[in-house]
Amino acid sequence: MADVPHPLTRRRFGATMRRDAWWLQPALVFVLLSSFIVYATWAAFQGAHYTFGPYLSPFYSPELFGSSPHAWFGPKPAWWPRWLVFSPALLILPFPGLFRVTCYYYRGAYYKAFWADPPACSVGEPRARYRGEASFPLIVQNIHRYFLYIALFFLVVLLSDVWKALWFFDSATGRATFGIGVGTLVLAVNVVLLGGYTLGCHSMRHVIGGYLDRLSGRPVRRRLYACSSCLNRAHMRWAWCSLFSVAFADLYIRLCSMGVWTDWRIL
Amino acid sequence: MTDTLKPDLAETGAVEETEPPRPHAEPQGSATFRVWRGDRSGGRFVDYRTAVSPGMVVLDAVHQIQAEQANDLAVRWNCKAGKCGSCSAEVNGQPKLMCMTRLSELPLDQPVTVEPMRSFPPIKDLVTDVSWNFRVKTRIAPFTPRPPDAPDGTWRIAQSDVDRVQEFRKCIECFLCQDVCHVLRDHHLHEEFIGPRFLVYVAALEMHPLDTGDRVEALRRAHGIGYCNITKCCTKVCPEHITITDNAIIPLKERVVDQFFDPLGKLLKVFSRREQP
Repeated sequence: MADVPHPLTRRRFGATMRRDAWWLQPALVFVLLSSFIVYATWAAFQGAHYTFGPYLSPFYSPELFGSSPHAWFGPKPAWWPRWLVFSPALLILPFPGLFRVTCYYYRGAYYKAFWADPPACSVGEPRARYRGEASFPLIVQNIHRYFLYIALFFLVVLLSDVWKALWFFDSATGRATFGIGVGTLVLAVNVVLLGGYTLGCHSMRHVIGGYLDRLSGRPVRRRLYACSSCLNRAHMRWAWCSLFSVAFADLYIRLCSMGVWTDWRIL
Repeated sequence: MTDTLKPDLAETGAVEETEPPRPHAEPQGSATFRVWRGDRSGGRFVDYRTAVSPGMVVLDAVHQIQAEQANDLAVRWNCKAGKCGSCSAEVNGQPKLMCMTRLSELPLDQPVTVEPMRSFPPIKDLVTDVSWNFRVKTRIAPFTPRPPDAPDGTWRIAQSDVDRVQEFRKCIECFLCQDVCHVLRDHHLHEEFIGPRFLVYVAALEMHPLDTGDRVEALRRAHGIGYCNITKCCTKVCPEHITITDNAIIPLKERVVDQFFDPLGKLLKVFSRREQP
């Protein structure tokens, strides 16, 4: 057989002795994350069909300014530049987006899938130079916990959206009556999945108790740390499930609003 | 003992050991092993065909080749039980302990490649020079316990507090995590980055309930924790199933954030007298 170079010599891009389909996982991550980014960007720029009855799309919640009854501060503000496209989602979507971008799980996943750094474990890389997260720009990833705090606020807002999704306007009486629609369940499942993802976040696990070396004698903090650690063990699954659920919740409300789908009432 | 083990595992995030997958039938007949032969100046793969039988592991096959066909084949081994960490190598491109890699896990219809770890310079054949790791260890601030709790010079620790670091003490120093880490393997940043094995070592010290040492600044500057980009390859290859990335490296990264990248948290600490680790 041909001579093999010194093992400490840099290998070329994609070089590996692995026999398995090592490219499959990064390719799948690339396709799924790209699809989500394309859909979320498109949906955020639509500025329409984001509400249906008591439902509000999670891409547009909280609706700070907007034309729907869910808007906190009324319609599009007068100071909004004319040349700039307005959509309520553009005001808020960057925050949960950056929470995911700086998330420890997604970082590892997209460094592999989008930047081939490395393409997969024990597979050669395309670039010789490497700085990792030790210097700019990726050192900025360290602000992840600030986006966690914002994400926790969003979680409370989305929880209140589920509560609102339980009250349907009855045109006969002119009052809101309690009810459960398929959309209510879609929004509720979405909050549960987002909760599992956010509360099991590595930064959450740290600030809730992980920064301490001794948790004995602090029963509440110890319990909270154990709960966050429990969720953290399946962080990858929570991350993907919540990503799908948030996109599906938007799609569901959008299609109901467009009259393509019918929202079935369960109660 | 077993009753208390499960809740402990649940809190620390450690993963219970599971049986390795056996996707292929038990081996019978013979198989070809493509073994890297060489030294620091270079080398080549040599094919050896040898008899295989049910229950065999890669190290058995290498020993058989050594006994029957290549008496000068160098291979480091000791316990044959996955506890000494000596027989680390790359089998079909994946960092593994040869003594724990059953042939029934491998497709034997094609040659099985066996080569030395790529992150360390080879000495001969499958033996590499891992002495760099021992030099790195001397650069880490040692265990610095607080003054004893009792007059007899002993300490009192809650079991729940040591459970967290107990996971890290399972490390057998096989250096497979160092081998698979692309920062060392592909970028050769051995001078700037201590690698996952020693981040686990630092975590065991830093999170120890008795330790008073502060290694956070060293983590950022001398130990280069920022080079880790969380690929989790180290966790995947660990034969002791230590959750290296989630339980050791990321919590250490968060401690670096506490000290260097969280001005709000620091301010809050001043006003609220937030508890110290």
